[in-house]
Amino acid sequence: MANDKNNQMTGSEILIKALADQDVTRIFGYPGGAVLPVYDALHQQNAIRHILVRQEGGAVHAAEGYARSTGKVGVVLVTSGPGATNAVTGLTDAMMDSIPLVCITGQVPTHLIGNDAFQECDTTGITRPCTKHNYLVKNVDDLAYVMHEAFHVARSGRPGPVVIDLPKDVAMAVGVYTPPEKLEHKNYAPQMKGDPSAIKKAVALLAGAKKPIFYCGGGIINSGPKASELLAELVRTSGYPCTLTLMGLGAYPASDPQFLGMLGMHGTYEANMAMHDCDVMVCVGARFDDRITGVISEFSPNSTKIHIDIDPSSINKNVAVDVPIIGDVANVLQDMIAQWKSSKAKPDQKALKAWWKQIDEWRARDCLKYVQSGDVIKPQYAIQRLYEATKNLPDVYITTEVGQHQMWAAQFYGFEKPNHWMTSGGLGTMGYGLPAAVGAQVAHPDALVVDIAGEASILMNIQEMSTVAQYKLPVKIFILNNEYMGMVRQWQELMHGGRYAESYMESLPDFEMLAESFGAVGVRADKAGDLDGLIEEMLKTDKAVIADVRVEKLESCYPMIPSGAAHNNMLFGPGDEASKPISEDGMVLV
Amino acid sequence: MTPKEDIENTHTIAVLVDNEPGVLARVIGLFSGRGYNIESLTVAEVRALRHQSRITIVTTGTPMIIEQIKAQLGRLVPVHIVRDLTIEGPSVERELALVKVTGSGEKRVESLRIADIFRARVLDSTSESFVFEIIGDTGKLNAFIDLMKPLGLVDVSRTGVVGIARGNEAL
Repeated sequence: MANDKNNQMTGSEILIKALADQDVTRIFGYPGGAVLPVYDALHQQNAIRHILVRQEGGAVHAAEGYARSTGKVGVVLVTSGPGATNAVTGLTDAMMDSIPLVCITGQVPTHLIGNDAFQECDTTGITRPCTKHNYLVKNVDDLAYVMHEAFHVARSGRPGPVVIDLPKDVAMAVGVYTPPEKLEHKNYAPQMKGDPSAIKKAVALLAGAKKPIFYCGGGIINSGPKASELLAELVRTSGYPCTLTLMGLGAYPASDPQFLGMLGMHGTYEANMAMHDCDVMVCVGARFDDRITGVISEFSPNSTKIHIDIDPSSINKNVAVDVPIIGDVANVLQDMIAQWKSSKAKPDQKALKAWWKQIDEWRARDCLKYVQSGDVIKPQYAIQRLYEATKNLPDVYITTEVGQHQMWAAQFYGFEKPNHWMTSGGLGTMGYGLPAAVGAQVAHPDALVVDIAGEASILMNIQEMSTVAQYKLPVKIFILNNEYMGMVRQWQELMHGGRYAESYMESLPDFEMLAESFGAVGVRADKAGDLDGLIEEMLKTDKAVIADVRVEKLESCYPMIPSGAAHNNMLFGPGDEASKPISEDGMVLV
Repeated sequence: MTPKEDIENTHTIAVLVDNEPGVLARVIGLFSGRGYNIESLTVAEVRALRHQSRITIVTTGTPMIIEQIKAQLGRLVPVHIVRDLTIEGPSVERELALVKVTGSGEKRVESLRIADIFRARVLDSTSESFVFEIIGDTGKLNAFIDLMKPLGLVDVSRTGVVGIARGNEAL
């Protein structure tokens, strides 16, 4: 690297040096005209390894999988124009799910900006609403500072994606590199510590609760593993029930008796009923999303709500709360535990016993029950067998695509630790799972990484099989193949008289042959009796595997809070639908 | 919980931002993307050495929406300070309008008479037109413009509201 004592180097070299100084070792990307100088600089060093994806969208999801499974910032490098626009879905996904990313996009040289040059697009304009922040670097001497600030913005506060748009002439110009040191942004400084008086109030409410519940989400995972430990400590000390959102799975051990399962649209009956009937709700790092609340006007009508979140704009957005606490959840949980202990909080054991008795009655409903009989594989059974076969392995990372298989994975795969579950929650991006698995496997080469997929979703980013092949990533793709866009089909059944408009998957590939063509192993199971053998074979091989699991075609995902309904109005199966018709208001919701 | 108030109120919000490219687009994009109203928006650099601009936004919404707007504005990286001038202590607001009235005879004389009452200044005059400059709060400007309508009003240009807190406290 042309690095004299004045730290003079080209923009590309500044970029690479900044990445190295930010402890980046892996980046995901795809070259093109406007980023050639950066790729050239990348080629001449060994500190940072570049993973070549097959479409830029795959690079962003891979970086998300990398970030989510490591707690580090994921880094993406793409070219201008179509490179940047292909990245937009992934950026929006990361924005919705608060995943820290830095995405560097090439740009046409500054003198051509605005001229409709070849492969030009207004990247900062296009990505403004789908990033936490973005930059267009017009002066090479600003680049080092912008790079370091981008990492700081991406990882601090409520994490999110940051785009740096780098014109080609700036990448080639010579400028001065400045190391990160202690970068203090002039005004961007998220509040980390919670307000002590609010914490005191929250603990007093919590200690006096008769029907309490902890409702926790992805914010705990973003805060770091310490937050999960503190949550477990507070939940266990209090003896209160705990439920997790889709994004929060793993933040509290699934096997713990105080865990009620996931809540929300396809959450458990006990979790949703406890949310509906509770008197004190503590929301930790979650955002009262519409998948969680059901119809807002009937959401947990009689509870006092405490909301802990690092993002002030999450407070009172969908649901009015009584005690907001702004701060990093780990800090706030620590202070709450200290306050709980110092105030010698003693929950009303009699009330708590009655509350647990009520919860146990809801649990006895066994809402996730399904019957596996005969040869046809139930999708729930497939996930359950996968879980049984892998639960004792030291390190298992599960990614998913979006749809029924995603919900079944959330319901039937038990997560004990944070950062081991990666799914597209907010945006619901089909095609997320395979590239995310690539990212997770790159970060954890020796771990088992399984993409639980549907046959429709997997085809949305199937080109990443080529990436899997190039880097010999032993990713396992576990397809629940029902030959339908299952969730679309389910909604058409619920709301559109079973008219399956365009939801049947015609002309599917032969997944076994597809696997083989990419140098992976293809396996298939048609009968329930073959399932364990398939899973065993999949786990045994050190190559990538596509497992085509032929499941019951018309199985629907239950329980379900239908659109426009409240928590206490769940559907348990097809027999329920006729008795609980969906309201007109519900029909327009997604 | 008691149901939230659904009453919509008008708020004037002062925002201090870094004067960098795209900052206004961020603010406007936030309002359009989340479906908030903008009644008026003004912006100009006020601290040249620090490259900071002050944006004054007049918006309407329920208390919950107004809180959201302020929180969302505060979340933007180049935003330094967000103040709700309407609820955080007393404040003064002013707006400037340029009002063009055409006509002759009695209507022309009447427009000049009303302009005098409103302390509007004549910036330009031809034998058949006036351009008035008027400064005041939004209500005063509206009243003046309404009175000019039957007198030959043909064109209006308004700055939008700027506001500042009363007393010795700075933003």
